[in-house]
Amino acid sequence: MTRFLTRLLVVLTVILGVNYIAWRWIESLNWDAWWIAVPLIVAETYSLIDVTLFGLTVWRLKHRGQPEPMSGATVDVFVTTYDEPTDLVMATALAAKRIRYPHTTWILDDGSRPELRILAETHGLGYLTRSAEWVDRPRHAKAGNLNNALMVTEGEFLLILDADQIPARDILDKTLGYFNDSRVSLVQTPQYFTNVPADDPLGSQAPLFYGPIQQGKDGWNAAFFCGSNAVLRREALMQLGLVGYVRDVEQSVRRALKASKTAIRRARASNEASAPLVSGLLDEIEAATEQASRDIRAQQPLSEVTYTVRRKVNAAVQTLVQADFSSLDADLAEIAAMDLAAGEEFGLPPEIDRAIDVMSNRDWSPLGALESVQAVLDAISVERTSEAQPIMPLATISVTEDMATSMRMHSMGWRSVYHHEVLALGLAPEDLKTMLTQRLRWAQGTMQVFLRENPLVQSGMKIGQRLMYFATMWSYLSGFAAVVYFAAPIIYLILGILPVNSLSTDFFIRFIPFMIINQLLFAVAGRGIPTWRGQQYSLALFPTWIKACTTAAGNVWFNRPLGFAVTPKVRGEGGPQWNLIRPQLVVMVLLLAAVLIGIGRLAVGLNEPVGTLVNVAWVIFDLVILSVLVKAVRYGGFSRTERNNSAVQH
Amino acid sequence: MQFSIEQRERYTEVSGKGRLNMVTAPLLREVVAQAVGDGRTRIVLNLGEIIFMDSSGLGALIGCLKVARQAGGDLRIACVQPQVKMVLELTSMHRVLAPHPTVEEAFGND
Repeated sequence: MTRFLTRLLVVLTVILGVNYIAWRWIESLNWDAWWIAVPLIVAETYSLIDVTLFGLTVWRLKHRGQPEPMSGATVDVFVTTYDEPTDLVMATALAAKRIRYPHTTWILDDGSRPELRILAETHGLGYLTRSAEWVDRPRHAKAGNLNNALMVTEGEFLLILDADQIPARDILDKTLGYFNDSRVSLVQTPQYFTNVPADDPLGSQAPLFYGPIQQGKDGWNAAFFCGSNAVLRREALMQLGLVGYVRDVEQSVRRALKASKTAIRRARASNEASAPLVSGLLDEIEAATEQASRDIRAQQPLSEVTYTVRRKVNAAVQTLVQADFSSLDADLAEIAAMDLAAGEEFGLPPEIDRAIDVMSNRDWSPLGALESVQAVLDAISVERTSEAQPIMPLATISVTEDMATSMRMHSMGWRSVYHHEVLALGLAPEDLKTMLTQRLRWAQGTMQVFLRENPLVQSGMKIGQRLMYFATMWSYLSGFAAVVYFAAPIIYLILGILPVNSLSTDFFIRFIPFMIINQLLFAVAGRGIPTWRGQQYSLALFPTWIKACTTAAGNVWFNRPLGFAVTPKVRGEGGPQWNLIRPQLVVMVLLLAAVLIGIGRLAVGLNEPVGTLVNVAWVIFDLVILSVLVKAVRYGGFSRTERNNSAVQH
Repeated sequence: MQFSIEQRERYTEVSGKGRLNMVTAPLLREVVAQAVGDGRTRIVLNLGEIIFMDSSGLGALIGCLKVARQAGGDLRIACVQPQVKMVLELTSMHRVLAPHPTVEEAFGND
């Protein structure tokens, strides 16, 4: 019944939404004020698409019961940590050890803390840190930590827990059964936080996401991995790692062969090439790389092609070194002939072949003189030497490795499950600053995935799956729309400029039904869960969302760092940090000022009564949205006294 | 890379900086040949700032020695850095061109 009602509301929302937006585009735009009219209609269109994607998500909302039990599976439980307090990590690890289903518990300590190692050993827990290969190579944060652990453990299934997520004893009994379906690679359970008061000032709980949204995505076989409280199938991850390895090697070899053309051309053009030896060597290298390009086009195995290039180049270098030595030998003979009286034994030693080998190998080779050429030749390899390990099962293209990883699994045909039952209890950030950093990171990661592996154009996924990933990415663009929603009423109240032709009956009979049905859809789909905090934050954190988009674009397109500000936590003690929400405070002041000016303009007859009323109402809505931040900034953490007594902090 | 030549009382000092390799070795040959052509046949190569030498560089050292000897002079090397020393020892060339600790000592005995 609810399902029918939900679908009815989705259909009505879309019909009424299209009816309103189409009318807005065609009939209502005030072209004289296009600079606000166009941004506003674009923002409204954005919101309609957003709500349509939400409707699509809940259309297939899936309720699962309990799966059949599974026996005999081998499981590794990974507790990932970087710098969390050791007693917090141990509390989680010991709870993990107590999980009923047979398993091995591992602490994956990216901080390599000796005291944690000792604690782990004392309690009979596995303890892993990065292997030596990771030194001086990209560490890839949590994805790297997990990839490292995957190489030295062997359980068929992996339960992944953040350091603060205390698992229930039956977490594996309730999730492993889904893997009886051999196509399932992921079972995600909700993240729920225990240190959050009922009014949730920081919007930490995500009841809409770990509820209708993930359940809806599950219906489209697109429930995704959220980094913790999830069980993964090792085979699927390994397959991902292997496919990624092959793709990466192929790409890098092609790229290196292309780059070698440029490098050789440059080397020839430089005065270095005036030495006859150099141009001879360049000829040989060019011949070898051109042959390799042809072989790759002819689908020859990459390992053979790259090996052949290396062998040919080595042979050329060796010939060159040999030539050096034979002319050197000739010189020595001449010197000896001149200097017979000296009676010294001039000449090359008998073990000269070894010397030639040593002087031909990479470090001492004459090729070192052509650094750029040597660099591209080094890149023509299948060893993936730039990474700590050739096989990287968890995706490393994004700071949110979880979403990227599950999207790749879906692309390869694996299935995922969202099990809607809280099976681990975690800790949320307790101050605005940490919360903002975390949200920025999620948004940045999501946008990185969007820009690097846009789900709409990935092969292998069904259209529904593509749209489900796209929906999450789309929602992170809300910051731009928010700016317009704040600006439009301010512009009307202060300047009297309306982005629509007129606020006539035509407007209200289209807009109001859409709005009502839209809110009704959220209420029914959410089934009474508190979704208001989420709605507030999706607009109120507009500076964070915009920053995430711009930094992710800078990172993906221009290779700029994402630039996390690593700021000391201590300032949190000094009282509310209003500076964290400066842009929003400015907006609030502008909104209030606009109301006063608007009423003044109404009094002297510059603004119309209806326009003023609508825009004042709009300002009040905006202020109610933004008011959550005042609460957030003043929030002093979850029950301070209790926290000070216990060692568990976050 | 540039080589500099300085006329001392009893010999000519040639010094360079960087890597003596396939690309730079021909320059050294040129510089020494020119010095010898000008009649400066007692040459000390100051290798204090040569951090790397490959087979072409080694060939150039011996080639320069030959040029100096043919003109009736000699070429000696000084201030050898670790990698260059390893190359000389690997090929036994240190017995032909013995490295001297300082430039002044290179022609110390004659």
